[in-house]
Amino acid sequence: MNLATLSFSYVRARPWNTALILLLLALGTATITMLLLASAQLHERMHRDARGIDLVVGAKGSPLQLVLSAVYHLDVPTGNIPLSEAKALQQRKPLVRHAIPLSLGDSYQGFRIVGTEHSYVTHYGGKPAQGRLWEKSMEAVLGAEVAQRTGLRLGGSFTGSHGLEEGGMHHGDHPYAIVGVLERTGTVLDRVILTSLESVWDVHAKAHVDPGEKPMPLEEEEKEITALLIQYGSPLAVLQLPRFVNIQTEMQAASPAFESARLFRLLGVGFDVVRAFAAILIVSAAISVFVALYNALRERRYDLAILRTLGASRRKLMGLIVVEGIMLSMLGSLIGIALGHVMTELLGMLLSARQQVEITGWYWVQHEWWLLVMGAAVGLAAAIVPAIFAYRTDLARTLAEG
Amino acid sequence: MFSLANVQHRYDEVVALAIDDWSAAQGEHRLVLGPSGSGKTTLLHLLAGVLRPQSGVVKVADCDLATLSSAALDRFRGQNIGLVLQRLHLMSSLSVEKNLLLAQYCAGLPQDASHIEQLLSDLGIADRARAYPHQLSHGQAQRVAVARAVLNRPKLILADEPTSNLDDENCQQALRLLLDQADRCGATLLIATHDSRLKPHFEHHFTLPVNE
Repeated sequence: MNLATLSFSYVRARPWNTALILLLLALGTATITMLLLASAQLHERMHRDARGIDLVVGAKGSPLQLVLSAVYHLDVPTGNIPLSEAKALQQRKPLVRHAIPLSLGDSYQGFRIVGTEHSYVTHYGGKPAQGRLWEKSMEAVLGAEVAQRTGLRLGGSFTGSHGLEEGGMHHGDHPYAIVGVLERTGTVLDRVILTSLESVWDVHAKAHVDPGEKPMPLEEEEKEITALLIQYGSPLAVLQLPRFVNIQTEMQAASPAFESARLFRLLGVGFDVVRAFAAILIVSAAISVFVALYNALRERRYDLAILRTLGASRRKLMGLIVVEGIMLSMLGSLIGIALGHVMTELLGMLLSARQQVEITGWYWVQHEWWLLVMGAAVGLAAAIVPAIFAYRTDLARTLAEG
Repeated sequence: MFSLANVQHRYDEVVALAIDDWSAAQGEHRLVLGPSGSGKTTLLHLLAGVLRPQSGVVKVADCDLATLSSAALDRFRGQNIGLVLQRLHLMSSLSVEKNLLLAQYCAGLPQDASHIEQLLSDLGIADRARAYPHQLSHGQAQRVAVARAVLNRPKLILADEPTSNLDDENCQQALRLLLDQADRCGATLLIATHDSRLKPHFEHHFTLPVNE
């Protein structure tokens, strides 16, 4: 028997009251937990996918769209750029350390077919888990996630469909041969199908000619790519390269770091709304803890007086109320944090079914400790006034009334 | 065991209680009689250290209660004085056994479940240890209240109207219970009441005058 067991007996004696308080607190905390987990994972994921990419060069249009399409493969490309111009840019040593060309346009079951060079795989630290990387046109390598979801296997084949969404026109007469499957890297590499730049040109070159006519390969000057991922070779490039591209060429340059920060600022408004909603839940929970303790004080004034006659000091009475407030709010926070993880996991399942960003509930951020501290603070704040009332209660008068 | 000297207590300039000199030795029992408003409750509260006298000296177990700080007085009360109130005021959210453990905890004494078990079986309610107060009959609840008052082997037991509202038979039982338990721990028992049925059982009566 101590203050905690006595407090707990009171909490248990009013199950509905207690359940309501816990529910309010848990919902508020769960919402904040979910926000923390989702935004932390989104940040981490975006950071990992953009690591080592200082600049994206592509067709003119929205810089955010360019970054989303070329780095994260989430948006449609802004257009194409001539291969010759891209190559010219690639040669600008020492400003450019290395550059990876990307050619987009087709997909298979919603997964993008990316025409590129082997350096794209090494950039993300990818290695073939089975088979090898592509060597010739129409050879394809699958990202780990793609292999798992589509059921395609090494040695099999598939045909791409035009466009980046499902249901586009099929390039039925140009099947890709699967020559390799990559190991899981936890990056965007897992979610794409890789092939050579030539494959993309070949598929589209032959698609342009009329039936019956002899297929003609594209002329060198006709060849286009979608974007170029650039890593700077010198600090000077930060100043010179984007300016050069944006002013002197028909292409545009966008910085993934800058654009994803901008994206988070845009999302931030939404996050703020959710956060405000959670704050309202937590404040109303705090008020309900206060009301519960304050009402209980009236119901229990004889109980408190009896504790005094049994030898408990005024301070113990205060402690009793404070312990009860903190016990309720910590319990609510703990349930809320657990609920937040479950809700995040459910959200992750929903998103992964749509092949978007991967989010899991089995992820911990340090701020969760602060949620517990905040829970305790809410309990303390709600209990402090009732506790002072308990401290000040006139023992003789209360006993005389009873 | 207790003594009061030149004690006076007023509420709003009206003298509620005035006692020049009154005392009892360890183990003696006292009956305080008087109609309501005569200061019985004030007297009990002064002896229990619930009220501090406005003038005069109250001693319990040779300790001048005025010398104790608020927290020390609470602890002294928990360890030396057992209170039985007219309405018993058991903690409704705790079982009988937990109510008694609480008395040990509040007094700052070690929690001794076997002592509680022994006491409950002496009182014939060992089988009610896990019951909650609302599940007890009035007689059982009164036994628990007495058990709580004598649990810490107090030197002084104060009972406020323990027998009013009881029929003759239950009145006798309640009185027996208090006297037995007080004798068992060698405590001084003081009963404050307007119930004249108790008179024959006490050698010493102390009748408080009605205050004007």
